Amino acid sequence: MKTIHYREISGRSPAFYVFMVTLLIFIGAGLASAHYMESHGHHVTGMTNQIVWGIPHVFAIFMILSASGALNVASISSVFDRGLYKPLARLSGLLAITLLAGGLSTLVLDLGRPDRLIVAMTTYNFRSIFAWNIFLYTGFFAVVVIYLWFMMEPRMNAYVKPAGFFAFFWRLTLTTGTGSIFGFLVAREAYNSAVMAPMFILMSFLFGLAVFMLFLMATFWLTQRPLGDEVVRRLKNLLGVFIASVLYFVMVYHLTNIYIAQRRGIEEFILLHGGVYTALFWIGQILIGSIVPLVLVYHPWFRRSRPLIALAAALVVIGGFIQLYVIIIGGQAYPLVLFPGKIVSSSFYDGVINTYTPSVFEIALGLGTTALSIFLASIAIKVLPFLPETLADNPADSVQ
Amino acid sequence: MSINRRQFLGAAAAAFAATALAPGFHLVELALADSPEQGASALKRWGLLIDTAKCSTGCDACVTACNKANGLVSHNRPETDSQWIRKVTLRGEHTGYVQSLPVMCQHCADAPCVDVCPTGASFKRADGIVLVDRHLCIGCRYCMMACPYKARSFVAENITGQIAEVPRGKGCVEGCTLCVERIDRNKIPACVEACNETGGKAMMFGDLKDPESTIAKQLASRPSTEIRADLDLDTGVRYQHLDV
Repeated sequence: MKTIHYREISGRSPAFYVFMVTLLIFIGAGLASAHYMESHGHHVTGMTNQIVWGIPHVFAIFMILSASGALNVASISSVFDRGLYKPLARLSGLLAITLLAGGLSTLVLDLGRPDRLIVAMTTYNFRSIFAWNIFLYTGFFAVVVIYLWFMMEPRMNAYVKPAGFFAFFWRLTLTTGTGSIFGFLVAREAYNSAVMAPMFILMSFLFGLAVFMLFLMATFWLTQRPLGDEVVRRLKNLLGVFIASVLYFVMVYHLTNIYIAQRRGIEEFILLHGGVYTALFWIGQILIGSIVPLVLVYHPWFRRSRPLIALAAALVVIGGFIQLYVIIIGGQAYPLVLFPGKIVSSSFYDGVINTYTPSVFEIALGLGTTALSIFLASIAIKVLPFLPETLADNPADSVQ
Repeated sequence: MSINRRQFLGAAAAAFAATALAPGFHLVELALADSPEQGASALKRWGLLIDTAKCSTGCDACVTACNKANGLVSHNRPETDSQWIRKVTLRGEHTGYVQSLPVMCQHCADAPCVDVCPTGASFKRADGIVLVDRHLCIGCRYCMMACPYKARSFVAENITGQIAEVPRGKGCVEGCTLCVERIDRNKIPACVEACNETGGKAMMFGDLKDPESTIAKQLASRPSTEIRADLDLDTGVRYQHLDV
């Protein structure tokens, strides 16, 4: 088997510095926004007592899901023994860590009391999925760092496979935990469903792979390293399978709900007359995020074009973000039903469709932590050998 | 006397550890001296019984009294202003029958907010009152997502002129405390008092576990129900004449 050579990117071009400074500006704006929201209170955001989780949570959960999904490429190489993916495994682990760092910093900076992070790290209620998630997330960092170390240190290479197995198991548990944040909410008709956990796992496979492909294609293009058609073809096909799988779970979720009379209200809201949420669901999530990328990935006219494959991955990212927006915000916009069969009114927005307009601060926070993820990943590939020198086609791979 | 480097480091470490741990021991002492269990007994379960037949649509005596007793002031931002109790008007979709009732924290025995709280800030006192520990709440709002009754509010701005007995804080979640500070002084909750004095005498407060209490006798003699009884949360607040 061919030896894989990894090399840091040079990172000395003016373009690289401009890029990093731009990211730093976004990070700074995000931090400033978080400080503003904390010192003035959340009334300066679009979040209310009705929509308690807003766009920061959409950013956070997107990054957390992508983090565990980004690790898949490494899992495929070490758990399922696919040699073609082996050169990509380091980058896969790296993105898993940096995306999780971005996601968690969004969550923490949106807390009402981010200064009490130490309380969250030292005082636990083990009936809470959130408390489990604190262990799952911090554990994920440790597990992936060890996994990366085993991959990058020749003396430890022998242990890559068990570490990969363990990391794979951990990431499945982690995403089960993320999905269950919603799945266990008995009171809310949009969420209380066991299908949330497996659906979130598939969503993480999809979003993580899309982010991974975009980062890989961008860095290889910018550093002028060869990226063979075979690698891209495999990743693209995998992307197609994951898009179809997420669509399947979305369909099962909605069909189940439609069948339950009690939940027809929320289903009609999301699917038929929920205004912006209905539009986001059909146009954003289904058309732009699923159908168009599926066509780009599989149709013979498009499937060989590198830019169109990158476009498919980018649409998946946009569609995934919209999907989480519909789940998180749309699910809260529909009022809690305390009295079935009654027309309800009160001073506290009972029985009304709740409105939400994200403030510039929340968006800046989300963009800032996204920039943090990219910044960390870019620094890492500059100082450590994460990227292979070449991913040019190896004739042996295509017959594998 | 001269000490070597090793001894010095050892002594410094011991001094540091003592400094770091001492406040902890002090806290343990404080906690033992003033155990919350002393005030709240599991032999009691405080609850409310609300007779919707006596609650009229136009009356909001309970809401006004709650706001006054707990220092809740409006910032003219109804979407983020705290509301611990609210009057809800119901009209039967198929019948047209109109009812009015107050809704607040239902002080569930199996409270979803207590289950989901990562730090244990949402907790249930031994006597059944569900509260938020303002020192442990990190403001994640998961309890607000979990509460079936929309009973909690998030403090979204600075608070001034607080009432000493009812500490509140920006960035924390809060909700009806059943006027725990009044109960601990053998007084009834402000909403119940106001309803009895100026409202329709629709609210009754008492110990659900004491078979001799008025509330327990009333519950034993007439039908009553919980809101979202399907969730089986065993609420401490129950309603009579509620057409659900």
